[in-house]
Amino acid sequence: MEVELLEIRQHMGQFPPFDGLSDELLDTIAEHVEVRYFKTGSEILKLDQSLTELCYIRSGAVEVYRRQGELYNRLGEGDIFGHFSLLRNHKVRLPATAIEDTLIYFISGAVFKRLCEEDDNFADFVELERPRLETVAEQQKKSNDMMVTRIRKLVTRYPVMVESTTSVQQAARQVSDAQASAVLVINEGSNNPRYSFQDSEGKTWQMCGILTDSDFRTRIVAEGLSAQTPIGDVVSERLITIQSDASIYEAMLTMLRSNVHHLPVLYRQRPVGVVHLSDIIRYETHSGLYLVSNIFNQSSAQGLAKLLPDVRAAFVRMVQEGANSQMVGSALSTIGRSFTRRLLELAEEALGPPPVPYCYMVNGSMARNEQSIVTDQDNALILSDDFNPAEHDAYFHALAAFVSDGLDACGYTYCKGDVMATNRQWRQPLNVWKSYFKEWMANPTPEKLLHSSIFFDLDSIYGEDHFVEALQDLIAETAPQSPLFLAAMARNALNRTPPLGFFRTFVMEKDGKHNNSINLKRRGTAPMVDLVRVHALACGSKAQNSFKRLEDISHTQLLATGVSDKLSYALEFLCMSRIRHQVIDLEEDRMPDNNIEPENVEDSERHTLKDAFQVLSNAQKFLKFRYPMPAQRQGR
Amino acid sequence: MYEIRPRQKLVQADWISYMAERALRSQDGALKRFFETPLPDPGTPIAEVPMVALDMETTGLDERRHGIISIGAVPFTLNRIKLAERRYWVVKPPRPLDEASIAYHHITHSEIANAPDLDAVLDELLEALAGRVVVVHFRNIERPFLDAAVKDRRGEGVMFPMIDTMSLEARMHRQTLWARFRRWLGRPPVSIRLNASRARYGLPAYQGHHALVDAMATAELLQAQISHHYTPDTPLKNIWC
Repeated sequence: MEVELLEIRQHMGQFPPFDGLSDELLDTIAEHVEVRYFKTGSEILKLDQSLTELCYIRSGAVEVYRRQGELYNRLGEGDIFGHFSLLRNHKVRLPATAIEDTLIYFISGAVFKRLCEEDDNFADFVELERPRLETVAEQQKKSNDMMVTRIRKLVTRYPVMVESTTSVQQAARQVSDAQASAVLVINEGSNNPRYSFQDSEGKTWQMCGILTDSDFRTRIVAEGLSAQTPIGDVVSERLITIQSDASIYEAMLTMLRSNVHHLPVLYRQRPVGVVHLSDIIRYETHSGLYLVSNIFNQSSAQGLAKLLPDVRAAFVRMVQEGANSQMVGSALSTIGRSFTRRLLELAEEALGPPPVPYCYMVNGSMARNEQSIVTDQDNALILSDDFNPAEHDAYFHALAAFVSDGLDACGYTYCKGDVMATNRQWRQPLNVWKSYFKEWMANPTPEKLLHSSIFFDLDSIYGEDHFVEALQDLIAETAPQSPLFLAAMARNALNRTPPLGFFRTFVMEKDGKHNNSINLKRRGTAPMVDLVRVHALACGSKAQNSFKRLEDISHTQLLATGVSDKLSYALEFLCMSRIRHQVIDLEEDRMPDNNIEPENVEDSERHTLKDAFQVLSNAQKFLKFRYPMPAQRQGR
Repeated sequence: MYEIRPRQKLVQADWISYMAERALRSQDGALKRFFETPLPDPGTPIAEVPMVALDMETTGLDERRHGIISIGAVPFTLNRIKLAERRYWVVKPPRPLDEASIAYHHITHSEIANAPDLDAVLDELLEALAGRVVVVHFRNIERPFLDAAVKDRRGEGVMFPMIDTMSLEARMHRQTLWARFRRWLGRPPVSIRLNASRARYGLPAYQGHHALVDAMATAELLQAQISHHYTPDTPLKNIWC
């Protein structure tokens, strides 16, 4: 390379998308660059002028506008513009003006075309919004082994299987001989098609249960049963299995959710092996698994609170290992749920059994399985309709307080909006809860819904799951028929908007103002989650997780083709950014928060964030248009 | 720091007749072609003038004792600096190179030892400059050095109009009332060297002392000066000298 071009090359080589180019392509650009100086205030690109070159800012700063004159972006050294027009009709769609004395390098259309053809990353970068978000999201997925490695990889031998008539002693001997820790119990016949399979001789069998080492202890020895007891008499009827092509991660989650340590692995309906928790731990030692089993071993709220550093450590490790936001969100939610469950168990131990059945409901991020390391608690109690306040409320109030205090001690701070079961209003029998939801949906105003939208993310984590299911059904039936309710929810979903992007070390707002940091929850993930919730309600989806909701939405006509994918990529990226910055906080011994400081944002990240903000902003505009306030109610 | 010599300002009409006269009398083919190629009329708006930024690295400041070692040329207009059309030559000076200037120029002995004499590249150089207004930063290096070197080799020198970005900068910072007032107060004069001048227009600092980099830097500086202190319609005659 000639020395004189090194200057240009080295400069471009520092900035995306040029930083990923081969030396040869960089040389080609440097050799063909044309240069021009623009004084502050002078127009660089005029609307509708024809454009045959890509513009690269060597020094100075440039503002790019929309057709209507609205600020689109503010760019600095190393940024490019003009590529949208170049990729389309070669007419300038976004005019540009120098806001400082600026030196522009022009890269000819021919060179630009060659870059797009020869370098996929460059092509992805200059394509509008979706592909870059998509690429980043895909790369994150690919980089994670646990997400894609199938559970069958951990299956090393066939399961020990015995007929249900076998004596427990005989079965135990077989387990010992095979150096296994569990036995599958099978029966001839096929009353349960889910678990029936044929052996090599064409005989039909069905799996009816699993007996583990600890079952031998608790169900047989501890109960004083005879060694000759048929194993079919003691086997657990609860059978939790996993398909052999599921990911290791799914297997882990299944174990965590069901609190089991053995999982029969099936190929179609045929058992091909049994995976034990320790197999997964051996494979993925840094998971939150130890933590969860540790949670269930704690015998006091104080003991639970001591696990807080472990939660943070597990979080940091997961992110460093390349987990995506869904994995992190669901792992943290699982941990949070485990804390809550254990606290409820401890509360029941202390207070005695509940006087009437109840369901402990969680709302907000835990219900969505999108919890982050910075979170408060949102919970409520749904009581049986037999609930009598005078007789029973003292018990449930004490129970709620025990759990809330315990959660607070474990780092799940009290809810500022008082959405907690300790609040009498949110500790009510099912019929009252139904009337709450009916009222919210029948007579909505944006103001009324402001504080209750959190209840539209709801999940049961303990007790009578069907109480929450009844409410979910009610919502899914009513919401799609309630345009006024959807309009009010949509209105609220627009309260928080994303910024325009970044400029140097500042966050740039749509009016061109600068800020030093940005709350990525308030300005990114939360408005996105709100927006997704409105569409999910409109299509009657019962999913709670935003990504699952987007999947449901994509099967409807609510959004144009591809939009839900775009939203999903944008949400993933926003969540991941927030998570990464929380890891930075933890690594630097600061309290993690939802703020990100632009100086900590890498170049490639800032471009992708800008795209994600853009996707969100467009989706918000569409939301307003899609769920208008019905005319008669306007002006209230 | 160089001294600003008394300005030997020629009247613009002189340049046209000077060039025409040299075209008639030149004995050397290349020089004749150079002088025959018409220059833009002195009244042409600067925006329409084809220019070429020129920079030379020399072994010293005195054309009688020192020689040229490299030449960079970048054609440009107010609208575009065309890097793809850049030209660069390393040449072997007739007198030996001293150690100090080697460090200064980042050009090594072997590069120069293998380089041709200026005579071998002169035709190409003249062709690159012909028909364009030459832009330099401090014409009192390029003009006398080129003149002397060509005279040595072809028996006749070469002169042509130039735009000198340093002198344009001096007009702003050395010859105004404000500048005189500052001098009267004993303030140090504003630097009009290439990088200092560029910095005033927000132009990035380049690694200096490479003829082509400096030529490019000079072209950028002129674009900046015109956009700040003149207009695209300013006639050529107001700027060249």
